[in-house]
Amino acid sequence: MAMTALRREGRRISGLLMSPHPVNLLRSSLASSDREQVLVGARSISTQVVRNRMKSVRNIQKITKAMKMVAASKLRAIQTRAENSRGLWQPFTALLGDIPSVDVKKNVIVTISSDKGLCGGINSTAVKISRGIHKLNSGPEKECKYVILGEKAKAQLVRDSKKDIELSMTELQKNPLNYTQVAVLADDILKNVEYDALRIVFNKFQSVVSFVPTTSTVLSPEVVEREAEAGGKLGELDSYEIEGGETKSEVLQNLAEFQFSCVMFNAVLENACSEQGARMSAMDSSSRNAGDMLDRLTLTYNRTRQASITTELIEIISGASALEG
Amino acid sequence: MSLWAYLSIPNEAHSSYQIGPHCSSLSFHFLPRNSTLRDTRFQNLEMLRQAQRFLLTRASASATRSTRPFSTDLPAETAGDSKFIDAWKKLIPNMDPPKTPSAYMAPRPPTPSTIPSKLTVNLVLPYDSVLSAKEVDMVIVPATTGQMGVLPGHVATIAELKPGILSVHEGNDVTKYFLSGGFAFVHANSVADIIAIEATPVDHIDLNLVQKGLAEFQQKLSSASTDVEKAEAQIGVDVHSALNAALTG
Repeated sequence: MAMTALRREGRRISGLLMSPHPVNLLRSSLASSDREQVLVGARSISTQVVRNRMKSVRNIQKITKAMKMVAASKLRAIQTRAENSRGLWQPFTALLGDIPSVDVKKNVIVTISSDKGLCGGINSTAVKISRGIHKLNSGPEKECKYVILGEKAKAQLVRDSKKDIELSMTELQKNPLNYTQVAVLADDILKNVEYDALRIVFNKFQSVVSFVPTTSTVLSPEVVEREAEAGGKLGELDSYEIEGGETKSEVLQNLAEFQFSCVMFNAVLENACSEQGARMSAMDSSSRNAGDMLDRLTLTYNRTRQASITTELIEIISGASALEG
Repeated sequence: MSLWAYLSIPNEAHSSYQIGPHCSSLSFHFLPRNSTLRDTRFQNLEMLRQAQRFLLTRASASATRSTRPFSTDLPAETAGDSKFIDAWKKLIPNMDPPKTPSAYMAPRPPTPSTIPSKLTVNLVLPYDSVLSAKEVDMVIVPATTGQMGVLPGHVATIAELKPGILSVHEGNDVTKYFLSGGFAFVHANSVADIIAIEATPVDHIDLNLVQKGLAEFQQKLSSASTDVEKAEAQIGVDVHSALNAALTG
């Protein structure tokens, strides 16, 4: 606010004043507002503007450093849980295979994203991949709907695919993630959405600096039976004996629901890990940038300060020599 | 190099990356007598630097030999994947296609021609893999149709599980876990996957709490009014009576 006032002052008076000689050397190194400020105080060059900028940049650096520490500690907490949950979906993939190229009529894309921002590009990549899958699976007689978890993907997808969004949920991470919560969520989705294939899009946590967009496919029991009869990857499914339940289809129904909740649990945990990791690296690079900016501003500040001292000295000396001579 | 003779690195050093604590013990050995302080400090620093380099190369060498924690297995892409990737590349050439779960999983062994001698068991929970690729003789799983024993060479089965005891037999050891329910897959290659929500070892369960819970849920069942409440109370009764039977039976 002080800066805008000063800028206004500068613009009013700049027309009237001539810039003093030493200031011209500084012009190229100062920002435009500083230039105007310099013209206002024709005799004394003020370092106030630069000092204000330095103060705000330093504050930003502190904030981003603190956010990085917070993200690092949250990442540590959730990383072990995500790694432990990795064994959960493997038996399902071993049994039912993984066929993202399956051709079905009703596709539902479950996009998992974060609620909070400042986490780098992971939400944008998830949305891009979802849009890509939507494009792949759109055609005559095929429909493709979105189920969105997280604010950020909702904000992006609502702009062009509003009519395709079936369900959206936010504030998943208010309480620490656990299986019961995810199971209830999965149940909600399965009850309200008709699907032949559910495609879950999330960012898999590979390391603190690498997050790989991944998609898991969960098929409905009818499609599983159809693919098993057609042969191919699921062809061996018929050779499995079914124990328990009244009919095979009932067991397959339970299996599909259980698979969905397990895959969702892992996906949500991995995405949360990726979010914290991405936030850590984003905040790290922004504190580094703030540090660089601060270095440059410090140099400018010193130059301004020295120039004003030099100007004063010149005035005094020229005044003194004028008196003598 | 004479440095080798001086260094007595403790056993843990070759797998740890920390240089600090070792250096202090190393510097102790190197202090030669009868020299000026400047010389000794200089020599100290030199020795420390060389020691650091030595430890680092040993540490990095062992690290490359051992498995990296985040390496992903990337077996040959399966047919479904390549069809997906090709379709993706045609329609969306600017973006890399997303990876699929099969890229992160080690491929399962094929069905052997003779029956193997051991059964490989994986018991996974949402929070932990309790058993992963453990070789055992037999497991007894609590399927909804009753206790089912699985031996190597068992026919491929998909079994729904009810709350009950899973016993893992290895030689003469029997480990019992109480499962909350889930699924069990037995594959033709004598690999059994058991997926449950909770699995606690039986000795961690308190009998008094179980009986109290059973009484409470039975009372809730008798006083339940809506279907939802009845169903919840019934589930509670089932689980607690299974727990009771597990501990007492």
